[in-house]
Amino acid sequence: MPIKIALAGNPNSGKTTLFNALTGSNQFVGNWPGVTVEKKEGKLKGHKDVVITDLPGIYSLSPYTLEEVVARNYLIHEKPDAILNIVDGTNLERNLYLTTQLMELGIPVVMAVNMMDVVKKNKDEINIQQLQKELGCEVVEISALKGTGVAQAAQRAVSLAKSGEAVMPVHQFSEEVEEALHNIAAQLGNVPEEQKRFFAIKLFERDDKIKEQLQSVPDVEPIVKAMEDKLDDDSESIITNERYVFLSGMIEKCYHKRNRQKLTVSDKIDRIVTNRWLALPIFAVVMVIVYYVSVSTVGTIATDWANDGVFGEGWHLFGIGSSDYNEVAEEYDLASLKTEAYLEAAETAGLDTEALSQSIADGEVDQAALSAFETEASAAGITAEAEVLDDNGEVEETLPVNLDEFENAVAVSEPDPADYGVWVPGIPVLLEDGLNAIGCADWLSDLILNGIVAGVGAVLGFVPQMLILFIFLAFLESCGYMARIAFIMDRIFRKFGLSGKSFIPMLIGTGCGVPGIMASRTIENDRDRKMTIMTTTFIPCGAKLPIIALIAGALFGGAWWVAPSAYFVGVAAIIISGIILKKTRMFAGDPAPFVMELPAYHWPTVGNVLRSMWERGWSFIKKAGTIILLSAILLWFLQGYGVENGSFGRVEDLNNSILAVIGGFIAPIFAPLGWGDWKAAVASITGLIAKENVVGTFGVLYGGLDEVAENGWQIWASMRESFTALTAYSFLVFNLLCAPCFAAIGAIRREMNSAKWTWFAISYQCVFAYAMALCIYQLGMLFTTGAFGIGTVVAIMIVAALLYLLFRPYKEQNELKVKVRV
Amino acid sequence: MKTLKEAKCGTTVKVIRLHGAGAVKRRIMDMGITKGVEIFIRKVAPLGDPVEVNVRGYELSLRKADAEMIEVS
Repeated sequence: MPIKIALAGNPNSGKTTLFNALTGSNQFVGNWPGVTVEKKEGKLKGHKDVVITDLPGIYSLSPYTLEEVVARNYLIHEKPDAILNIVDGTNLERNLYLTTQLMELGIPVVMAVNMMDVVKKNKDEINIQQLQKELGCEVVEISALKGTGVAQAAQRAVSLAKSGEAVMPVHQFSEEVEEALHNIAAQLGNVPEEQKRFFAIKLFERDDKIKEQLQSVPDVEPIVKAMEDKLDDDSESIITNERYVFLSGMIEKCYHKRNRQKLTVSDKIDRIVTNRWLALPIFAVVMVIVYYVSVSTVGTIATDWANDGVFGEGWHLFGIGSSDYNEVAEEYDLASLKTEAYLEAAETAGLDTEALSQSIADGEVDQAALSAFETEASAAGITAEAEVLDDNGEVEETLPVNLDEFENAVAVSEPDPADYGVWVPGIPVLLEDGLNAIGCADWLSDLILNGIVAGVGAVLGFVPQMLILFIFLAFLESCGYMARIAFIMDRIFRKFGLSGKSFIPMLIGTGCGVPGIMASRTIENDRDRKMTIMTTTFIPCGAKLPIIALIAGALFGGAWWVAPSAYFVGVAAIIISGIILKKTRMFAGDPAPFVMELPAYHWPTVGNVLRSMWERGWSFIKKAGTIILLSAILLWFLQGYGVENGSFGRVEDLNNSILAVIGGFIAPIFAPLGWGDWKAAVASITGLIAKENVVGTFGVLYGGLDEVAENGWQIWASMRESFTALTAYSFLVFNLLCAPCFAAIGAIRREMNSAKWTWFAISYQCVFAYAMALCIYQLGMLFTTGAFGIGTVVAIMIVAALLYLLFRPYKEQNELKVKVRV
Repeated sequence: MKTLKEAKCGTTVKVIRLHGAGAVKRRIMDMGITKGVEIFIRKVAPLGDPVEVNVRGYELSLRKADAEMIEVS
């Protein structure tokens, strides 16, 4: 049997740093059963038989927050052999409040007073001997950051655990309260002697959750009621008061503070950072930096490298040679354009160009055919015009091409990236070569390359960008600024059932929803976090921009307002959902008091920041990876297989795939939204792999083109035949708001840590998207054409229901309803 | 009855009594705001809510709606 030691303490007391110092790299990170609260365990360095469990950071053992209930259930049921209680020496009084409660559990406690280096620097004094006497537990001075005293504290805890001595709390409350507690304890027959005080206090506090853990609950109501009447306060407050009264008295004896009139460094920083006028500008600057680095610049480079390099063609080592190569590649593209234009003109003039075109396409120019062609072309006096197109498919520039230029252009050969710098081929390229070398069956190499590798790429492609973001988050959290963000932004966000800290996930979500969802980890409150996870992907992410560009270009003549309106729809969806959801049973269940400590600023250590970054990144790969991979493979199968020429197998044409069949089957569902066409349904499904796929799928289905530009200008004309402005906008809104891509769904699954909540989130998003698109189409039809039908009635009913849900009254709950498994 | 909500920035007040019940009240008390303790009101957030106070030697932020439950003198 290994020795179990629980690490308990307030948030911001240096608990994580201590845990890292005690366990090193020997950690296991998971979740407490059934809840999103993180659980960490690790073996004590140098002691294989000692397991340290890091309890959630808590201020008290009340029954009102998830973290506190998780922690106390663990302490009561798992009965660790010892508790290592870390307290912040610079903030002793409130930290010891938890200690008084831990002492009552009947488990040996060792107290580690952290940040002793800061205490000494401030020339404050803590009388350790006196503290030991007053609390009745061993006290060790440590500095988790500098590593001093850490080993000693662990050693004490281990030897105390081995001795197995139960400790009795020394601290006493006022006589009358003690008497009441004594009377209650006397009625607790089958509770072990050392836990009696804990249960007596909890029964006195009328703690409902504790009753589930007792075999028989004695009726103590008369005792409690008598005490409440006598002291004119509720029983919970009586106990809390008693604890603080005891602590205030004790602190005077143990803690000598140097006269502290002047402001601390932290206070000085706060005078600027949360200043009435400067706070918002500073916040904006910090956010711009986070966004600029982790989304716009470094993040994009990292994502491109992962997707187009490692999981694409390949990349230049350290980027050396890339710009040279790109320049040459551009020249080659222009030359090809000229060659094609000239050959086309020659063909129109009746010359035979087939053999030559074929040889150029093969990369080996047939010299004989070339000179024969040149003679003919010169005789016929062929000239051509090459059209350089811009991003919207408009002619940007026309270059005249004569025979000489054609000759030069043909001579330009395709550059090889390996000639510039050190070229590292991408994983698919390497694998393809390998599979070809061993003569792998076509279907299998297709599965590996286009199913599995593409799926793995979809998982890992996000990781580099995510890690960069996580560095920022870890830094902002551990330096103390994250708490200030909540302080500054609370006023706006709490109206929608969100936290001030929800700002960061939403901001990052404009770049990519996956790291956005992962960023919600910084929100402590369970309800706020779940709400943030559910609504973050409403914001149009980078991959949705091509859809917006496609719709705007095809149906709205590239009108400027389409893109901003998409963001407006996203923000409105968040606000509406926030208000509606916070009143539903699923959310209104938990109380969310916003009484938050603003910890003193301090420099985080590089080790802690990197560790936090890695933990989050790894948990994404591990937990979200499976879902993303499996769904990518499934969709690869549905897209690539079907019935063609009367037999089932690999199909070349998406029109014949299983997916097309499914599309045809579900298309009627979307008819009330104005786009009951199976092609649009199929495009929406392929959007689940990655949202930009919608454009590519449209390219295949509407234009028969394997490749289209990012905004799909090639198919604008054919889209105009199938969509009206109204149906296109309804399609756009649905695709912006419905279930996000698989990667984001995987991230939601990871952060919700519950299949039920994941399904709830996805279903809610789809239903909401459907309702919004329906209203837009049906009401749009009513206003533009006056058409009135069953759909219009439904739309009006939805609007009415929405208004009701938005404005119905609700009351904040006062009790934690979430079930915590024991 | 004067509450913490009405107390002015930069002043120090003493808690007389806590109103309300349940989770919010317990949380406020857990954080050290109990009868008789002195609270220094440091500042109000840029958007007017919440407020930052200093209690028992550390900084605490609480919403005005919650501050209203704290009777002070």
